[in-house]
Amino acid sequence: MTSHIPKRLAILLLVLLLVLASFPLWGKLVFAAKFTFLLQKVTGIMILALLAMSLDLLVGSAGLVSLGHAAFFGLGGYMLALASPQYDAASLWVALPAALAVTAAASLVVGFLSIRTSGIYFIMVTLAFGQMGYFFFNDSKLAGGSDGATIYVKPTVAAFGVTLIDLDSKLSFFYVVLGALVASYALLRMLLASPFGRVVSAIGVNESRVQGLGFNPMLYKLVAFTIAGTLAGLAGFLAATQYGYVNPAMLGWHQSGHVLVMVILGGMGTLFGPVLGAFILELAHHLFESLTDHWLLPMGAMIIAIVLLLPKGVAGLLIKWTTEKEDGP
Amino acid sequence: MTASPFILETRGLTKAFGGLVAVNAVSIGFKEREAHAIIGPNGAGKSTFVNLLTGHLPPSGGEVLFKGANIAGLAAHKVTRLGIGRSYQKTNIFPSFSCFENCRLAAQSRLASSMRFFKPARSYRAVSEQAEAALTAAGLAARSGRIAGAMSYGEQRQLEIAMVLATAPDVLVLDEPLAGMGKEESELMVALLKDLARRYTLILIEHDMDAVFAIAQVLSVMVNGTLLESGPLDQIRASKAVQDAYLGDGAEAY
Repeated sequence: MTSHIPKRLAILLLVLLLVLASFPLWGKLVFAAKFTFLLQKVTGIMILALLAMSLDLLVGSAGLVSLGHAAFFGLGGYMLALASPQYDAASLWVALPAALAVTAAASLVVGFLSIRTSGIYFIMVTLAFGQMGYFFFNDSKLAGGSDGATIYVKPTVAAFGVTLIDLDSKLSFFYVVLGALVASYALLRMLLASPFGRVVSAIGVNESRVQGLGFNPMLYKLVAFTIAGTLAGLAGFLAATQYGYVNPAMLGWHQSGHVLVMVILGGMGTLFGPVLGAFILELAHHLFESLTDHWLLPMGAMIIAIVLLLPKGVAGLLIKWTTEKEDGP
Repeated sequence: MTASPFILETRGLTKAFGGLVAVNAVSIGFKEREAHAIIGPNGAGKSTFVNLLTGHLPPSGGEVLFKGANIAGLAAHKVTRLGIGRSYQKTNIFPSFSCFENCRLAAQSRLASSMRFFKPARSYRAVSEQAEAALTAAGLAARSGRIAGAMSYGEQRQLEIAMVLATAPDVLVLDEPLAGMGKEESELMVALLKDLARRYTLILIEHDMDAVFAIAQVLSVMVNGTLLESGPLDQIRASKAVQDAYLGDGAEAY
């Protein structure tokens, strides 16, 4: 996958972004009573979209299929729980850098131990590390064990005693998460266009040739793994802030698999695809659940249909639609 | 360090896979700006020898001296950074990248480090120019924007060479550049290799004898993992041992 996005597609994505950003305006009119619930729902989906996007750097670009990515998501969340005094607010300026630093360190270590393997072995090793993270928080008394831990007061965002952003406000938090999602997308786009990103993308296509050209693939994979893990930690931190609660399931393989499905449905290696995948999967879940108790059945059918009909995911379809028309001779 | 006449030299280079000795105490010297072909029947150990030269395999014994320093056992990415570029017998490119992107990545490997995160790769002018120059040298200037996987087989083989050139090597190690090519494509490639032979130290593994005789000045013959003979083209052609072992064998279907 090249780093180039067709112009028509860029416009389409921008329109979708505007629709999303203006949701608090039109959503209130369209959904009225359900609006507050939906505002939180959409905020939650954006957090998962951020997580899926970070995983795409590994799966879609570097060719590293990780089944333990949620471990860093959960770790980021637990860091907020651990940094928050029991009945008082943590400062975002302390808690967030701490969470990012710890997830970065953890992904560096896990990456160092797992990138030596590839293919199915990499999947197994990351799965094992993910489950180690799950059982660490499940079985230790560190933060409530299997019951999880509650964050009673959301972190404050203040400078010189003045509150800049009130994270308790669902509207403010919606825009904080949207900002994080857009900023992360811009960051990953920048990375993929850089010399570093070109090497990482090449590793996903033909790793041995990358080495033959004079690059040490291990080094580039390790840095990519660490960046992806740190962004997952950011998503986890935001999730813990939103729900005011963390539990070991955040780190488990179920969560990792869920996010992997978002990446595959949305379109690997496109960054925006996994965001679309997150929205499609979560909104479909919500819709089917409201229609029937047996929502897993239509959900499964939908996933199978998308995988069969769109081997390159929803993003692949959009790319095809938008390039065919402007393609010259 | 002794003043060696060779830019690249192997001394007693050996590789054993368990009981099988694929390369057995091979000592060959490669002079600067000389086109040196290595020939031999299938299974003679030519490709293993190339893998040892370029760090794709660690040797079991012996030395590889490049500009006087022993580089045996160095990892492949370090060997290529020293200035030994190689192409592969089986086309080994990035099919989803454009032709230009393939070469830009190759040229990018000459930056001190590619751990550069902020500026886009296309803003590195010198890298792009080096990639363009390599494409032109390999006759692919007009194909710059094409997706590599969508090009013809012959063009992909040319790209394979262009990528090696883009890494600005001192020594070119080409593993069967003509493999699988049609007659016309072969002629183009031979012309390209003759041109390269004027500017680079060339180590050529090849089965096509017409091509070898057209390009090489020096010939080494390998049989069963050992070096049978090495010397100027005419001397090897006249050699009785070589004719018995390889050249005169009508059973070889080429």
